[in-house]
Amino acid sequence: MDQNVDITMKVNGQQVSRRIPARTNLVDFVRYDMELTGSHVGCEHGVCGACTIRVNGEIVRGCLMLAAQAEGSEVETIEGLSDAGEIADLQKAFHERNAVQCGFCTPGMLLTAQELLKKNDSPSREEIREFISGNYCRCTGYQAIVDAIERVAEERRG
Amino acid sequence: MVLREIRVKPAPFAYVRTETLDQVFDLLDEHGDDARILAGGQSLMATLNMRLSAPEVLVDINHLDGLSDISCDGETLKIGALARHSQVLESADVQTYAPLIAKTMPHVAHQAIRNRGTFGGSVAFADPAAELPAVTRTLGARFVLQGRNGQRTVAADDFFQGLFETDLKENELLVGAEIPVIKDGERTAFMELARRHGDYAMVGIAVQGRLEGDSFADMRVGFFGAGDQPILAKSASAALNGQPNNEDTIKKAQESLNADLDPMPDLNGPAEMKMHLARVLTKRALAELAS
Ligand SMILES: Cc1cc2nc3c(=O)[nH]c(=O)nc-3n(C[C@H](O)[C@H](O)[C@H](O)COP(=O)(O)OP(=O)(O)OC[C@H]3O[C@@H](n4cnc5c(N)ncnc54)[C@H](O)[C@@H]3O)c2cc1C
Ligand code: FES
Ligand code: FES
Repeated sequence: MDQNVDITMKVNGQQVSRRIPARTNLVDFVRYDMELTGSHVGCEHGVCGACTIRVNGEIVRGCLMLAAQAEGSEVETIEGLSDAGEIADLQKAFHERNAVQCGFCTPGMLLTAQELLKKNDSPSREEIREFISGNYCRCTGYQAIVDAIERVAEERRG
Repeated sequence: MVLREIRVKPAPFAYVRTETLDQVFDLLDEHGDDARILAGGQSLMATLNMRLSAPEVLVDINHLDGLSDISCDGETLKIGALARHSQVLESADVQTYAPLIAKTMPHVAHQAIRNRGTFGGSVAFADPAAELPAVTRTLGARFVLQGRNGQRTVAADDFFQGLFETDLKENELLVGAEIPVIKDGERTAFMELARRHGDYAMVGIAVQGRLEGDSFADMRVGFFGAGDQPILAKSASAALNGQPNNEDTIKKAQESLNADLDPMPDLNGPAEMKMHLARVLTKRALAELAS
């Protein structure tokens, strides 16, 4: 059987078609074929959250989904969210609160934080911690990240 | 491009996005052991990435129609195999008719994983450390297995057979779960001990039952992370039924766990530590159930 697949999807609003090996993970597809290297690859088995990508409006593990499974989908990466200005306030708060150190976890953290705030406009610190529990940060100790998300939630409520 | 050459994780395979059950059974018949069903992929993809398994064909069932519904006729709550964990978590029917499952779902993995992982995938995978196999067993669920020539229904008690082992045949698909609706007066409790919220638990407990006056009745106590399969603790349940809710009864239930559980030592600690944690959880969960 053919070990390659033809896929067509929207990546950050742009229609793309490619022929790729079926075994290509979504995060490798965006990194190597789309050359969007903001999504990171850490553990490659779903534990760290560095590879977080949005598919049809929901965050997924880019390392646990095949690019072939995103056929016909809307795929959004940190580059897309950033360019659209959708998370400008989160980025600013992460920067100002020192919630970014090496930055390896940051794209995944930002996408996860954005999904939380879309679902819940006034999360408690405990709820924030729970929601980002699937994203490892080896630098910040999380406190600053929780601070930043909490502040953006407040700002968005106005 | 050089980069292209290094993006190699799983061994090569073919991929088919199936649209009909017939297509699924054709592929399963043709490829047997070399075909693997791909549901949410949240367990399978990790094993492929680590090359713990190397199927020749992945049979993607995510686009089969009608397998992701959640519905209730008042007696039985039906959850389609392809219902995502996030969908089950947010379902009003699950809240109302199976509150034990509603209490469980926030502990199943993390949001990005819940957005893809499926109810059926979790049951079919039958991880002894996972919540849903143990909780469905606690609730006396039945699973609907579809073969080319029809369906059969298997009680959870008979479905789970050992470490990652179930009654599913190679050419069968799990299509749904049927869960008896919670009865008037029944109470629930769910607890687990995990190092990080959303990770697999070291040990966990799920309980459903009633208090008649001061006495326990119809108690079903389930455990995960406490043996080579999801466990319904029959001795502990029996030790509670008909007995008053007091220290002595709880102590007897804790002692009878020796007959029910057989935890495996792992990175978290030795078997005796897990037995200890199971006894602690039993006491806490029963207190919560009664409160
Ligand atoms: C970091 C991480 C943490 C996790 N934490 C937890 C946790 O705390 N608790 C928990 O319960 N789970 C946890 N999971 C696993 C998650 O819940 C999985 O989604 C689930 O166990 C498998 O469901 P799936 O739909 O992803 O199945 P897949 O990965 O697609 O499939 C799993 C297996 O079941 C078979 N299969 C799937 N669907 C069917 C079907 N309908 N009929 C027959 N066979 C089928 C597949 O062939 C495969 O062998 C975690 C996963 C990760 C990556
Ligand atoms: S690389 Fe995907 S979760 Fe770690
Ligand atoms: S900032 Fe370095 S891992 Fe989070």
